[in-house]
Amino acid sequence: MASRDFWDGARRGVPIVLSASPFGALFGALAIDNGFSIVDALFMSATVFAGASQMVGLELFGHAVQPWLIVLSVFAVNFRHVLYSASMARHIAHFSLVQKAAALFLLTDPQYAETEKRGERGEPVTFVWYMGLGLAIYLPWLVATALGAVFGGLIGDPKAIGLDVMLPIYFMALVLGFRRRDHWLPVVAVSSVVSVIAMRLVGSPWHVSIGALAGVVLAACLPVKSGETAR
Amino acid sequence: MSFDHLLPQDLRLIGVIILAAIATYLTRIGGAIMIARMEKIPPRMEAALNAVPAAVLSTLVAPAIVFGGMDVTIAILVAFVVGLRLSALPMLLAGWAVVMLLRSAGLF
Repeated sequence: MASRDFWDGARRGVPIVLSASPFGALFGALAIDNGFSIVDALFMSATVFAGASQMVGLELFGHAVQPWLIVLSVFAVNFRHVLYSASMARHIAHFSLVQKAAALFLLTDPQYAETEKRGERGEPVTFVWYMGLGLAIYLPWLVATALGAVFGGLIGDPKAIGLDVMLPIYFMALVLGFRRRDHWLPVVAVSSVVSVIAMRLVGSPWHVSIGALAGVVLAACLPVKSGETAR
Repeated sequence: MSFDHLLPQDLRLIGVIILAAIATYLTRIGGAIMIARMEKIPPRMEAALNAVPAAVLSTLVAPAIVFGGMDVTIAILVAFVVGLRLSALPMLLAGWAVVMLLRSAGLF
């Protein structure tokens, strides 16, 4: 039953929306703060639809970083989706090409996690179920962005209401979220230290690419552990 | 009251967003396309890919801890301790509360 599948998927989206909406609103508020208009913020949420990379993008744009580096940074932060879509491919193999194109546009961390779980349980990952979940995440993301942007337009100095610490803490939360991955600690340590040194010696925004590259190269050079834990 | 903040600030930003959206979409379809063409990702490449998010995001946190000022440093460290047990939202609340407290006490 198609409509039941849709609402089944949409219901799965409820806790995701509850935890993601503050970040959507945060993005909206910070976007205004970094010189975005409300339309700019909504446009980015609607087309990029990837919270962490949106934060990175607006942060770099606020620092007047070269456009190609902003795009590259967004690409780098979102690179994990390559692994998601590779590992999810078997669950959506029966979708048509157009359905795949639409479904993959809505691919996010929770979307991936829920789809993998459903596939593992042996329940059918139907297109309708997938879109029910995906739209239940996508549409509230836009609403949260708009609310944050409207509110952000009314507040003055972000420092006065403590908004300036939110971004680094949010990114730290994401870093901690990956802590069960192989070589997490050495990668974080090396990227952190190298980025601080690079910020001093070379300056922003190069510290991002230089620090990230150091961690990634380290991970490629360390002995490969058996047994995949990183999913 | 100005309504300038409602409208797009400049076309350059819209252009950057469009390119960022295309780059993001490529990451979303990339894995599925790759897997359709290739049997196996080399283990070292997979290890490198796995490290990407933590490596990139660390570079956005560490400089803020070191150069952000004492109030920001304390708030982030408190949030870190909270984050060892709890999720992102409590971390944000704790860090925010700490920085507001420090600032309203006039310490920084």
